[in-house]
Amino acid sequence: MGEDDGDLVRILLELISASGEVELQDIAIAAEELTVTFEGKAALSRLLAEELAVVSPETLLEAEYHPPVRTYPGSIVEVTLGAGRAEGGTRRHPVTIGGERAPAFHTFQEIPLHPPVIAGSIFDSAPPLPAPVRAFFGDALQDPCEWARLWVNKFGADLVDLDLTSTDPYIKDTPVQDAARLVEDLLQAVDVPIIIGGSGNPQKDAQVLPKIAEVCEGERVLLSSATLDMWKPVAEAAKRHGQVVLAWSPIDINQAKELNRNLTGYITPAQIIMDPTSAALGYGLEYAYSVIERIRHAALMGDKELQSPQAAGTANSWGAREAWKTDPTLGPRELRGPMWELTGSLAYLLAGVDLFIMLHPGAARTVKDIVGWLSGGSAPPTFRELIGVGK
Amino acid sequence: MKQIGPMKVYPLLPKTNCGVCEPKTCMGFAVQLCERNFTVDECPPLLEEKYRENLVRLREIFTPPIREVVIGSGDHKVTIGGALVLMRHELRYTNPPAIAVVVDDSMTDETVTKRVQETNYFHYKYIGKILTLDAIAIRSANEHPERYARLVEIVAKSTQLPLILWSHNPAVIEAGVKVVHARRPLLYAATRENWKQMGELALHYRCPLGVYDHEIRMLRSIVKTLRVMGVDDLVLDPGCGFRGDLMETVSALTQIRIAAIRDEDDLLGYPLAGAPATLWEKLYAEGKDVVRWKEACLSAMMVVRYVDLLMVSSASKWSTLPLVVLRNNIYNDPRKPVSVEPGLRTFGEPDPKEAPVFITSNFALTYYTVLSDIEKLDCHLLVVDTEGMSVDSAVAGRKFTGAKVAEVVASSGIAEKVSHRTLIIPGLAARLKGDIEDATGWDVVVGPRDSSSIPGYVKAKWYGQDHTPGWSAR
Repeated sequence: MGEDDGDLVRILLELISASGEVELQDIAIAAEELTVTFEGKAALSRLLAEELAVVSPETLLEAEYHPPVRTYPGSIVEVTLGAGRAEGGTRRHPVTIGGERAPAFHTFQEIPLHPPVIAGSIFDSAPPLPAPVRAFFGDALQDPCEWARLWVNKFGADLVDLDLTSTDPYIKDTPVQDAARLVEDLLQAVDVPIIIGGSGNPQKDAQVLPKIAEVCEGERVLLSSATLDMWKPVAEAAKRHGQVVLAWSPIDINQAKELNRNLTGYITPAQIIMDPTSAALGYGLEYAYSVIERIRHAALMGDKELQSPQAAGTANSWGAREAWKTDPTLGPRELRGPMWELTGSLAYLLAGVDLFIMLHPGAARTVKDIVGWLSGGSAPPTFRELIGVGK
Repeated sequence: MKQIGPMKVYPLLPKTNCGVCEPKTCMGFAVQLCERNFTVDECPPLLEEKYRENLVRLREIFTPPIREVVIGSGDHKVTIGGALVLMRHELRYTNPPAIAVVVDDSMTDETVTKRVQETNYFHYKYIGKILTLDAIAIRSANEHPERYARLVEIVAKSTQLPLILWSHNPAVIEAGVKVVHARRPLLYAATRENWKQMGELALHYRCPLGVYDHEIRMLRSIVKTLRVMGVDDLVLDPGCGFRGDLMETVSALTQIRIAAIRDEDDLLGYPLAGAPATLWEKLYAEGKDVVRWKEACLSAMMVVRYVDLLMVSSASKWSTLPLVVLRNNIYNDPRKPVSVEPGLRTFGEPDPKEAPVFITSNFALTYYTVLSDIEKLDCHLLVVDTEGMSVDSAVAGRKFTGAKVAEVVASSGIAEKVSHRTLIIPGLAARLKGDIEDATGWDVVVGPRDSSSIPGYVKAKWYGQDHTPGWSAR
């Protein structure tokens, strides 16, 4: 053995400690002098790694797995829209949302108690609607009751959302009485729960919404909406006539909290649904997405001021030019438009939205089918007809 | 996210305040490290021999719970994974998911080349960025090694994008990787049956490796075994479906990511892959547009639920565009400001007598959209302080009002720049016409609902025969 034998022994020892064993078989060394040359320690360990690979496991190593469940201290309030005969209303199919005790579709933890629902959007005087939406409703766009019937009977909407846009003094200034009469007709036309929206003009809405609450006595309608600068008349009317309030806040979690705090001085948590604003895909979706996700998370962590179910008016996706623009390089707008509304809706669905207000029947129906599948059920798909292909 | 305080980090830094890094001081650098705005290697002195142990320790502290995996080589690579948080508002999401378009050996050469070219050239301009697709996945439909090698060759010639070699047959993967190993493709995928041969191929050709199994327990088992073999550059695919199995798909992706980040399950701390392209086999009979539709839905849900690599069959713009925009939105840094400075912007050389004056909100997305539509006109743009809300939200939320417009009219000095007194407001703010007229004393005309119509509007209405009532007041 030469002078380097100390090093050699050290390297061999390292080899052994790294690999667990070194086996020498059928070796007989008979020499006066033996020289072993290593290129260096790095080269040796590389060699070692490749040798190890060759002696890799012959069978899969066992591993355990337990789903990462946890208990949340809070839960979402259950809110029922629509009332049947027993409760003094005429709705045949009331819907209940909320009740979750886990983040959206953490089904390894809990199957949703009340899967999210879809409201079909209609207007008292049709705004300029994109062609792919008009194509599905045709003449019914001139008749809100017929429009609503199509939503329910043909496209499977769980609710109908009528916006009384024309009551705006700057649009048609439709009188409160006329608006109320239309709402009464709508209650005759469909038997699902209804959502009634004002025009967004705060002074006029303060007259319109209380009147609607009055004529819908017993029906448990959703009044849309109360805002931080116009909530009291809506809250008072909801209290007096047993309705539910949509609390609208502009992508701002603190304003959402403040508004809920104000409202609970008048009505119970079971009469509040929050709309923290859902921006269109490509036009601020990420801010709305995160506010909705944060609200849901805070609610589950126990923040009582944020435990209302959440609504998203994804009908506004059609404000995005990518949804309606005629541009052959972007593909047919009959498909691109609803896909725009649908993509945004799916993001909000996974963030924690319980109630969608939608414009395109194909997009709406797809969300409904997906909610069914995600909740462990199965819904019969009718895509071909609803996305307008293969006709 | 694992919360790391600067006081834990500072003692491991050189503490010399040498000023080489941007924060200038070691404490400042420690804070920025904890905010993940800088990486450990951006402190040059730390790379000196005497700090070696500290460097190793710091790298360990800042190793993300989800490893980063690089697919491709040189200038043509994509990095996936590296996630730090479960919810984007906790910090931000890291490395947007790569979108790969699939070609396979049942297609004609023409179809393959066409699809590769479509992927190469896919782009969409979106608020100052170009959105693109990232990779090509080459799938073996008939498990014929020679045919597969030929397909890989054709694709490799027509694109520089990173590649994914997709087959569960090791002989097929070997035939393909021989052709393109220098480009470091992702081998996709090791399964409970083929793990040993696939692991050896990944080792031999030094390529990242996908692992596929529909059971999470089995994924962990395969990962554990591959790691003993020395394969650690992995991407996990728990499988996907779009009907009764959709719940399983979303649940598995969610579970894996929670286990890895919140519960620090190291065997699951790898990027996730999803292959909506597999829907085509199951649903082909429903018709191409229907499958594209469903593929787009599944892809969107996967982008939201943590997938880092998405393999899709469709490169049609109507189904892919919403997806790339969604990806951009979700992976935006939530700390980035939403708004631009309110005030006056002037474009071109506006004539004081007749240049149009437009109004919009100070929401960044709205502002940049309007900007791109009007910047070639000679005009003024008044940006109202809507607290970063878009026009329609701001109108509904009373952040866009007559008073707000009056504020910017006064502060901008627009009255000195034009001699007329007419404002053009967005169509989406139509119902504020009277309110704005009362508050400003200017005439108001309602412009288009979408700013893309402004150039046409200006030509036809503002300067044209059919001039607006407001304009006649000049």
